[in-house]
Amino acid sequence: MRISIDTDRCIGSAQCAVAVPSVFEQDEDGFSTVIPGSENAGDEPPGLREAVRACPVQAITLTDAGEA
Amino acid sequence: MTDTLDTPPKTLEDGNEDAPAYPIKRGCPYQMPPGYEQLREKGPISRVTLWNGRVVWLVTGNELGRKLFPDARLSSDVLDPNFPLLAPRIEAQRQQAAAPPLVGVDDPVHARQRRMVLPSFGVRQINALRPVIQRYADELLDTMLAKEPGTTVDLLTEYALPMPSAVICELLGVPYEDHRYFDERSRHVLSSSGPEQAAQAQQAFTEILAYLDDLISRKQAEPGDTLLDELIARQMEEGKVDRQELAMLATVLLVSGHETTSNMIALSTMALLAHPEQLEALRADESLMPRAVDELMRYASIGDMLMRVAKEPIEIEGHLIKAGDGVILSTMLMNRDPESFGRPDDLDIFRPAGRHVGFGYGIHQCIGQNLARAEMEIALTTLFRRVPTLRLAVPADQVPVNAPFVLQGVSELPVTW
Repeated sequence: MRISIDTDRCIGSAQCAVAVPSVFEQDEDGFSTVIPGSENAGDEPPGLREAVRACPVQAITLTDAGEA
Repeated sequence: MTDTLDTPPKTLEDGNEDAPAYPIKRGCPYQMPPGYEQLREKGPISRVTLWNGRVVWLVTGNELGRKLFPDARLSSDVLDPNFPLLAPRIEAQRQQAAAPPLVGVDDPVHARQRRMVLPSFGVRQINALRPVIQRYADELLDTMLAKEPGTTVDLLTEYALPMPSAVICELLGVPYEDHRYFDERSRHVLSSSGPEQAAQAQQAFTEILAYLDDLISRKQAEPGDTLLDELIARQMEEGKVDRQELAMLATVLLVSGHETTSNMIALSTMALLAHPEQLEALRADESLMPRAVDELMRYASIGDMLMRVAKEPIEIEGHLIKAGDGVILSTMLMNRDPESFGRPDDLDIFRPAGRHVGFGYGIHQCIGQNLARAEMEIALTTLFRRVPTLRLAVPADQVPVNAPFVLQGVSELPVTW
């Protein structure tokens, strides 16, 4: 599972960081980033798909490793 | 040429005889106003008629709204002559030379302004403010509870308004002793619905702007370490923003930081008092509060009507929104769409995390939402913990409700304990 954030789109609403703090965090400018290493931590963390849907600008993309 | 059975998409003119007057005043301040049931049945997009006779689109479906909110063809540019206005007083307010920063502009101007202030509204920064919020909540309740039990007080002016007011003043760098100056003025800007509303709202906005302009001068002379100081040092003095824009930006943050949260604290208090079993559950387990706050946001939908103007044509769900058409997204109807929420008209703090649009959606989604959530959580938890016998001092249907074209809320909330 690959998680990517379109940083040009991100508006820093932090909905992802609130929903799944083990995967997303905010950088110093207030924009969301994927915590390094969290993507390959095995099982999909609960709430990940909901966090993707909660993003108000649809800036988060999930890609199955096989497709990448 | 091939024959086609496709019917042409419906435009605004197709069906404007069936466009009810809008907006509609709420009876109960946190429930759908009369007529919303019918609008919901017509969904997900229909037509309504504004005060000046203009017919505009009304988006009521949750899924459709979530497609349209992020669509860049829908503009927030309030200076566009076709931008839909909900009341004559707002027409008067628009005579200002510049559009309000953040809320009344599109990208890239919006993105530049949002980036300037975003770091101060991050989750970490807001969590660091929680002890400050708690202290203000406790101090205000100390004062309130020093009065005799049985006294009637206005919860709005004693608690719901001064708490977020003190917090946004602290965050921005407005001296605490000045925050009451803003309480009244920001109410005039966002919620005034009296007879002299247009002039009053305009004057209040001008006074706040002048105060902040003066505060910028004072801070240039004596810098501190608040958001406004940072904006002066990092943005204004480096030429990235001019003084006028900075004062306007601070005004928008200050006004938005007051009214929105205070109305939500007042309406949440009313709604929870009307649902004693859920209030009891919250008292017994305060960890339920964050989820309850989001459910209350969905349920009350205080920023119901979000206006846009189409800059380009948009064809969607068999309808053609033409360039220049006005579009209103009803967050209350989107939040009470039965296809997205089971039993949508019931308050249910145990509802699974849904996809409400109480803070809006798209690039303009509320920049202060994490602050607002922290304030609501602390305000409600502390109020119900410290005042267990809190009750309304008048029947709920006698609490005065705001005009339909402003932020939804009440103009006073008489309570006792």
